[in-house]
Amino acid sequence: MTPPERTPLSARRQSVVVWPLAGLAALLVLNAVINPSFLKITLLDGHLYGVPVDILVQGSRTLLVALGMTLVIATGGIDLSVGSVVAIAGGVCAVLLQAGHGLGLTLGAALATGLAAGAINGVLVARFGLQPIVATLILMVAGRGVAQLVVDGQVVLIASPSFDFLANGFLAGLPVAPLWVGACYLATHLLVRRTALGLLVEAVGDNERASHFAGLAATRIKAMAYVFCGACASLAGILTAANVRAADAYRAGENMELDAIFAVVVGGTALSGGRFLILGTAVGALLIQTLTTTLYNLGVPPAIAPVPKAALILGVAFLQSERVNPWLTGLLRRRKEPA
Amino acid sequence: MNPALTRWRRQLPLVVTTAIFVLLFGAASLAYDGFFSLRTVTSLFTDNAFLGIAAVGMTLVIFSGGIDLSVGAVIGFTSIFTATLIEQAKVPPVLAWLIALTAGAALGGGMGALIHGFRLPPFLITLAGLFLARGAAFWINTESVGIGHDLYQRLSAFEVPLGPASLTTGALVLIGMLFIGYGIGHHTRFGRTLLAMGGNEQSALLMGLPIGAAKIGVYALNGACGALAGIVATLYTGSGNPSMGIGLELDAIAIVVIGGTLLTGGRGHLGGTLLGVLIFGTIQAAILFDGRLSSWWMRILVGALLLAFVLLQRLLLRRRAA
Repeated sequence: MTPPERTPLSARRQSVVVWPLAGLAALLVLNAVINPSFLKITLLDGHLYGVPVDILVQGSRTLLVALGMTLVIATGGIDLSVGSVVAIAGGVCAVLLQAGHGLGLTLGAALATGLAAGAINGVLVARFGLQPIVATLILMVAGRGVAQLVVDGQVVLIASPSFDFLANGFLAGLPVAPLWVGACYLATHLLVRRTALGLLVEAVGDNERASHFAGLAATRIKAMAYVFCGACASLAGILTAANVRAADAYRAGENMELDAIFAVVVGGTALSGGRFLILGTAVGALLIQTLTTTLYNLGVPPAIAPVPKAALILGVAFLQSERVNPWLTGLLRRRKEPA
Repeated sequence: MNPALTRWRRQLPLVVTTAIFVLLFGAASLAYDGFFSLRTVTSLFTDNAFLGIAAVGMTLVIFSGGIDLSVGAVIGFTSIFTATLIEQAKVPPVLAWLIALTAGAALGGGMGALIHGFRLPPFLITLAGLFLARGAAFWINTESVGIGHDLYQRLSAFEVPLGPASLTTGALVLIGMLFIGYGIGHHTRFGRTLLAMGGNEQSALLMGLPIGAAKIGVYALNGACGALAGIVATLYTGSGNPSMGIGLELDAIAIVVIGGTLLTGGRGHLGGTLLGVLIFGTIQAAILFDGRLSSWWMRILVGALLLAFVLLQRLLLRRRAA
């Protein structure tokens, strides 16, 4: 018998993705059985339409936030402020567009707010050594207020066709939002897996002190994860504002942090930090969106929709638990080996 | 080191919190005519009754090094649950309250058992509890339900006169809970176990302290506190509302931290939580008094206070370690 330590790292990574993928497949099959038209994709005016396309479009927002969250969680932290950053970035976009500024300046300013927010979190966590939950809670509470300050408490409407295109447009028949979010995903993947960056992040998350003594700039790596997360959240803010053509400082990005953490955890990244899987996160983000859409299609009132999500979180937490996991693996191994 | 000095340093966060409260209240009194009155002080208790009760339970959970994100949702659930029991099932209010308190304690105890039994992160489990309780609240009813029972009318009208001002039922419950919380947190074996556990769970376990029972107990207690806060909320609004207390857990955590309790657990004071409630209430009252300041300044100010306190704690800890 080969001890599990000998299996190549990449193979072990992929084996974890199997679980959320199986969940996603099961949900899709369930939907297809209940409503055969669920999986149908139609071509209308040269554009793709259908529920799966909808899931991709809606899910790309969660994916963006979850991408940044994955790296933060990998360093052993958490970022609760993403929802507020989404609201601030959306507000900045709306106010600048209404004032007649160009698209480039608007997007740049929104991204800059995200970077700044991430930098604040990063400094508090990495430099001052605050607990990530507390440090990001500060911006979560205050950020909502800042977002309302930016739009002066109003819901600011956006009437910019080019801005609208970012979320609701089509490129060669394909919806634009999943395309550019997918590009972000790919870029992140290349950045962390084709360079040593991902490995460094995992080292810091696994044991910060040891990686510091090994000569890694642990503090800087940690801080950069938060900056990256802030940038991702601001992009999600742009997408949210473009999608509804308005900035709503009260509701935009509400519970976004929960969805993002959910996607990361379901995707097989442990909340304790260390090893992370961005492919798992992508599957997790799609899974959560499919679940939301399924519940919506089944006629479950949106207010009750959180309950199945809670059940799923519990299930995943159980599977990852240090107590349950060895027992499960032991059970599986015993069955494979006829004693 | 001089023991008197050590003790003083340990109380420093509490001293700073008191100073900030006095400063804030004084500034508001100077800025706004009529702010400086006993009525303003009593209304701090009345208007923040259910938030304060939730903060008392949260303080004890944070003592133990845990966190409970579900309290806001438990308040929402209790609010609509008791209203539905009283109005539609015609259950006597006292019985309805007992059922609601039991339900809250059961949910909390269940979460505590999962956290302890399976070594799951409290953050994740109570997040699931949040979804569960909020979902259940909306499942009972998506609309708010008015409560017209006699006892409710009498309790909402009940007031203890205090010179020119008076204390309402909610304010009295809050004050009672602060005393009970203080007793539990600082003068019982359970409270000391919580603090020991929050300081270092491993050594508390090796000392032979009943970690499991204390952990499950504190989450059950906090669940009951959430339910009590929900009941007080029904008294305050005269109705049950499933969306009551959305995001309230964050305010409660903020109050606990402003009160000088260490979020990593192991150190803190219920008296600080009282001051935290008063500071939170003063900011809110001042913004209301002003009328020109928009409500979002509240969030920004609370965030700024949170930042200041956390950095102060950090500074004190670092100096102690050095």
